Amino acid sequence: MGAVQHSGADARLDEARRRVEADTRRRRRQLLAPTLIVIGVFGLFPLTITLIYSFLSPGVYGGVTWEFSTDAYVQFLFERDIFDDTLSFSGTYLSIYGRSIGLAFGATVGALLIGFPTAYFIASKPPSQRNFWLFLITLPFWTNLLIRTYAVLLIIRDEGIVNLSLQSIGLIDQPLTILYTDFAVFLGLIYSYLPFMVLPLYASLEKLDFRLVEAAYDLYATRFQVLRHVIVPMAKPGIVAGCILVFIPGLGAYITPELLGGGKELMIGNLIALQFGGSRNWPFGSAAALILMVVVMMSLIVYVRYAGKEGNSHG
Amino acid sequence: MAEPRRKMKDLRKQPGFDFMAWFCIVFLYAPIVVLIIFSFNDNRSVVRWTEFSLRWYYAAFDNEGIRNATIVSLKVAAVSTLFATTFATMAALATTRTPPFRGQMLSYAIINQPLMIPEIVTAVATLSFFSIIKQLTGVTGIGYLMLAHTVFCIPFAYMPIRARLEDMNLTLEQAAADLYATPIQVFRKVTMPLLAPGIVAGGMLAFVVSLDDVIITLMVAGPGETTLPVYILGQIRRGITPEINAVSTLLLLLSIVLVSAFFTLGSKKK
Repeated sequence: MGAVQHSGADARLDEARRRVEADTRRRRRQLLAPTLIVIGVFGLFPLTITLIYSFLSPGVYGGVTWEFSTDAYVQFLFERDIFDDTLSFSGTYLSIYGRSIGLAFGATVGALLIGFPTAYFIASKPPSQRNFWLFLITLPFWTNLLIRTYAVLLIIRDEGIVNLSLQSIGLIDQPLTILYTDFAVFLGLIYSYLPFMVLPLYASLEKLDFRLVEAAYDLYATRFQVLRHVIVPMAKPGIVAGCILVFIPGLGAYITPELLGGGKELMIGNLIALQFGGSRNWPFGSAAALILMVVVMMSLIVYVRYAGKEGNSHG
Repeated sequence: MAEPRRKMKDLRKQPGFDFMAWFCIVFLYAPIVVLIIFSFNDNRSVVRWTEFSLRWYYAAFDNEGIRNATIVSLKVAAVSTLFATTFATMAALATTRTPPFRGQMLSYAIINQPLMIPEIVTAVATLSFFSIIKQLTGVTGIGYLMLAHTVFCIPFAYMPIRARLEDMNLTLEQAAADLYATPIQVFRKVTMPLLAPGIVAGGMLAFVVSLDDVIITLMVAGPGETTLPVYILGQIRRGITPEINAVSTLLLLLSIVLVSAFFTLGSKKK
């Protein structure tokens, strides 16, 4: 009798537990639904449209006509002869990708060279001062990228403050042409994404145990050896994360080359935007966007592999 | 006592690092400071200072294009902030206040998706998708732009709200439940007041991000839906005008004020 009662209580308890769990699940679904639906339908699903569009034919006034075609991808590598329809290899678009990868990579290295000492400097400050420094680094990130780029444009123009000061101290006679060059884009990319480099670097340098630095000095390491064999290896996750965070947005940059490259120094972002604006070839633009995604994914895979290996080697 | 301390500090130093850090700050701020200072210049020049003047600010306020673009920007930012913050709050409650579940990682990935894809790709994908919807339904309007902004504002609103919920002590909510508060009462009387700073912070970030967007807006916005940054971009392409310096300064200061408030909000809770 007692056992039966007991199992009855158990069953009721199980029942109640199940009901609570079902309730939790239902509530969770309701709470998550708006976000997942909005991002899923209007953020993820459009990427499939881009994939479909890249295999269609361009419409006359923008848009697409629903005819299957691989022209967008063919056009990426080959030029079609207008007269006899033969294909010949053309490096125009590849070179735009090459240039973008080069500029983004250069900017990543530049940002690392400025960002690493900065992050180290902040991490070696007393904790009370660190937040203020971090605030100084973060603030530009939250201000308008377009306006910051415009501000750079203002000072590097031929008649900008940089050239005028150089001329007034007599270093140069003629203004240096900085604006509308690859160098200006390179500079602008560093400027835009420098905070992305400093923050992850700081996050790993902050955890640096300075007793290890001390130990290295006790073992007669020079300052450079300490940097190379103690500090940099410990900061590796931050270095990798920072490089990815600068490289990826740098690769897809639109505003920087548009303003500082003057439109003629084309990068991938401008190439894509142009296909949906002036020259109106949506399928080709879609294909270019997907190829950019592939390049980004590949660098992310490299990142995950590398970060994973790092984790293993430390046990 | 003082001796080893000084030695410690010395050891931490690397040659040239301090210089680079200061260089970094000057590099980040010099262009902005020049822009702000010369927006108050009486002259058209952004190089030669003549006299302090607010004339370009008056000129900007008188400019109808700037006024209209500002109104569009504020409308879009307000609506998308409202939706993004509401959705993000709900999502943050779901991911922090229920036990771990299957698909949690997938949910995080979806919420952060707008951050992981290059903006230009999102911009053209959204443009293509909306053009299909417009063709099928014939519906046009500023709603599309607001929707596009809501999507990329959600992860920015989500981050501080989730962080706040994770920091919050669960015991208060449990105590309320022990005292026979219904789940709704717990939420209204305990969770909500404690969460409020996180929601405000998330809302501010969403607002700033929406207000600053150029690329997606450039692609998605229809005629008459020019936001302030898109208007500024158009003007810069045509040539440099002092009014644009004035408007840019105002927009810059607005972001700086909101983000500073965000940081003070964040540090006060400790």
